[in-house]
Amino acid sequence: MMYSKTVMDHFRNPRNVGVIENANGVGEVGNPLCGDIMTIYLDIQDDVIKDIKFQTFGCGSAIAVSSMLTELAKGKTVEEASQITNKDVAEALEGLPKNKLHCSNLGADALQVALKDYKARKEGKELPESERVEPHEHKDKDECYCPYCDIEIQEGATFCEACHSNLEEEH
Amino acid sequence: MTTINLDHISSNPLLPEVKSAMIEAIYADYANPSSQHTPGETAAAVLQKAREQVMALIDAKNPKEVVFTSSGTESNNHAIKGVALAHLEKGKHIITTNIEHNSVIRSLKRLQPQGFQVTSVSVDESGRVDPQEIAAAIRKDTILVSVMHSNNETGTIQPIQEIGEITKEKKIIFHCDAVDSVGVVPVDVQQLNVDLLSFASNPFYGPTGVGGLYIRRGTRVFPLLDGGVQEGNKRAGTENLIGIIGMGVAAEAAARDMETRMAHLTGLKEKFLRELPDYVSECIINTNPEFSLPHLVSVSPRYIEGESVMLMLDDENISVSTRSACATGSLRASHVLLSIGLNHADAQGTLVIAFGIDNTEKDVDTFLTELQKTVTTLRDISPLYQKMHGKA
Repeated sequence: MMYSKTVMDHFRNPRNVGVIENANGVGEVGNPLCGDIMTIYLDIQDDVIKDIKFQTFGCGSAIAVSSMLTELAKGKTVEEASQITNKDVAEALEGLPKNKLHCSNLGADALQVALKDYKARKEGKELPESERVEPHEHKDKDECYCPYCDIEIQEGATFCEACHSNLEEEH
Repeated sequence: MTTINLDHISSNPLLPEVKSAMIEAIYADYANPSSQHTPGETAAAVLQKAREQVMALIDAKNPKEVVFTSSGTESNNHAIKGVALAHLEKGKHIITTNIEHNSVIRSLKRLQPQGFQVTSVSVDESGRVDPQEIAAAIRKDTILVSVMHSNNETGTIQPIQEIGEITKEKKIIFHCDAVDSVGVVPVDVQQLNVDLLSFASNPFYGPTGVGGLYIRRGTRVFPLLDGGVQEGNKRAGTENLIGIIGMGVAAEAAARDMETRMAHLTGLKEKFLRELPDYVSECIINTNPEFSLPHLVSVSPRYIEGESVMLMLDDENISVSTRSACATGSLRASHVLLSIGLNHADAQGTLVIAFGIDNTEKDVDTFLTELQKTVTTLRDISPLYQKMHGKA
């Protein structure tokens, strides 16, 4: 099995699945490349995340990431929650396979979008759809791994020096 | 609890008679079939017997036309690179389709820096190529056409005989990757008009690590492995005799039992397809209803992802295969599924169900029940499903 026990536990028994009616913060991260899509719903009262729920389309790790993210964020203040990173989620899950870090570990991104939506609503305006949905476009600083040999490569590389795979179609 | 194996496209168990023959072969301590002493000749006779068993399965007429290899992958590499290198003077254009196995696609890619040009013909929604499109792609410098017999992701069978008639008339070498068809459905190299045909032992319940390449007499193909004179100078390296013996026995059994196996497998597949809508709504069937392998169904239950389905079914001791990019290690959705027109999300949710000769109707019932539970659980989590059904 490629996944840790913690990942499998969160995959088999995902925490905080669902939709919050009347949520006051919603964020979605979608990755058209490998298909993982996560939606986070927040119920924030007195600046504290009172409830958080998620919906995810994706592989085992994407579901586990969403579940762990909600566990990490629940009960935190908005300020504390805004510090949660994808790396924190991966560490709490006792690691994820390298090629999954790239595509499936998007929970914290979705949370940050939802927090942004919450702040916008607080100021009396709802975040437009275009800003509530983050397409997960790859940034230069993103770590990227060869899908064939798992070695770290430069984002946008068309050839893996380690295993000589042609990566033109991977991007 | 026993596992229900519905992943017979990834691997197959050995037939009991294959196991016995291989164990016997291990204890026989065979010499090198190339040695000229008496023990060597005994080994050569055993090798010859296996070759005849394989020849009978594909209707090859001459023992020199069957070359044992290490796998279907090696056979495909051998056919493509071997033909290309042997015909440099004649031309550098090769025709193939969009849905070939990676061992074909990447062999062709490896040739491109050396000036080879590849025309890749597309397929229709059921995964079939139109022979006329192959004909239209032929140029003066075309040296090879390579089209698979059946696809390992959709099970769809190609009109190989029709393509073979075209290549025969145009005098162009025709290679067919028949790895998932040989020993499963009738494959006759005479009837199909192929010059080269790749196959492997495991799809018909022989050992992994053994394959074969049919090379019609008169077809110039350079070896992939240079060295000794084994396999009629076409494939160097001392033969994997124990594996080859297993393949021979499996080939004989496949020819003998093909009709009963096909009837059994088609029965399971038809039952699954008939009853699936009662258990799971909104499924896309990617397998051609008329031209397909008897044991394989590609199904995409919409709005969910395949690796999750596979992992959940695994918890219930049911093995299936998925074409989700996440599970195959690539970052991309399957090129085959995108080629037949699936969108990325549906391609990510695709399962390949491959029944085997040991599966029963009860296995299909159990599978359908568990699949229903799994799909329901994952759709409850899925934002795509909720969006489509207005619950979010």
